[in-house]
Amino acid sequence: MQCPKCRAPMHTFTRSGVQIEQCSGCRGLFLDYGELEHITQLESQWAPQQHAAPPPPPAGQPYPAGGPAWGAPHGGHHGGHHGHHGHHRRGGLSGLFFSS
Amino acid sequence: MAHPAPLTTMRLDRPGPDQLGFDQLAAGLAPSAAAAEPVVLADRPTGTVIRVGDAVAKAHPETADVEALAARVATAAHPALAGILLPPLPPATVARLADGRAATLWPYGTPVDPDDVPWEAVGTLLARLHATDLGPLGPLPPAGWPARAAEALARLRATETDPAHAPARSAVERILCAPPPPFPAPGAAVLCHGDFHLGQLVSHPAGSGSWRLIDVDELGLGDPAWDLARPAAWFAAGLLPPADWHRLLGAYRAAAPGWGGADPWALLDGPARVMTAQAAARALVRAAESGRSPSDEDEALLISCLRIVALP
Repeated sequence: MQCPKCRAPMHTFTRSGVQIEQCSGCRGLFLDYGELEHITQLESQWAPQQHAAPPPPPAGQPYPAGGPAWGAPHGGHHGGHHGHHGHHRRGGLSGLFFSS
Repeated sequence: MAHPAPLTTMRLDRPGPDQLGFDQLAAGLAPSAAAAEPVVLADRPTGTVIRVGDAVAKAHPETADVEALAARVATAAHPALAGILLPPLPPATVARLADGRAATLWPYGTPVDPDDVPWEAVGTLLARLHATDLGPLGPLPPAGWPARAAEALARLRATETDPAHAPARSAVERILCAPPPPFPAPGAAVLCHGDFHLGQLVSHPAGSGSWRLIDVDELGLGDPAWDLARPAAWFAAGLLPPADWHRLLGAYRAAAPGWGGADPWALLDGPARVMTAQAAARALVRAAESGRSPSDEDEALLISCLRIVALP
């Protein structure tokens, strides 16, 4: 599938049992209907997954349930020049191993 | 047991870690270490750490308050902290190196694998640390967090940064100059690590998967939210995946029932802002000193600061 924002190809991967499409260009994320609810549920239970519900497209810009008002978007489309920070697990935590 | 006294007679032609005598200190106090080659694990302004066999010797910065350090080391040795803080090697005291720096001795433990962080252990250990009964412990200094933020601001103010970073710099300064989040009343303060990050966790005995907190340099009384604030800041910057953050927070809350109530961010928000700005301040100083652009990770923290000051 193509990114609806920048037209680059999107890659599918699964995190915590939720299938997510991520754009290889702007790193924006695409969540299917029900996947946001699924993630929210995971967050509120801190527990393993159930099944995501099917079709229709995502509505808005989902933000993490239980985060600060100034938190980075963790889901939905968020392109722009800093969108690529959001989902890099590698290279994103090195500062968490030292005193800052 | 060997005595550290001979160290004072060592010659100091060049003050390198190998010549200060703390590998000998480690070898003398830990018999297993006698035949091992010393390995430098870390050499930073926050201290020099050398491994000799199963022992690790840490030389603390010249500026360390030795009396406070002794109280912190004694706390790590206290049975009340067994299974939480890695205890020092006997005699659990602070030695002096030839150059006058304070030194402490610890058993070696294996560090966290960045690809396999034991988030649940992190949450549980911090909750258990914070729940420590202070009664049996001696007097303790305050935890180091607020002082570190002030230090980061002072460093930034003394550094000329790239004009391209001016908006981020001004955001960082604004956050660090804001009145600090309310600190608990003396009676409400709990035992805190004071400088928690993922390098402050080792598996001991080495490789056993039995995790302990290390580095007591900033250990003391304070607000427990500060110990969670660094991972919280990385989560808020979009750097720490939500699933990992919730493994940590979930384990913490499971071991600290009631903490945070319906919205733990009411407690985390203030400390996480300061921690974000503190890390961003260090990033700006690092960029200025190295002449390199901030890394993606640093940039995410700088952008977090911009989002914080953009809030109404």
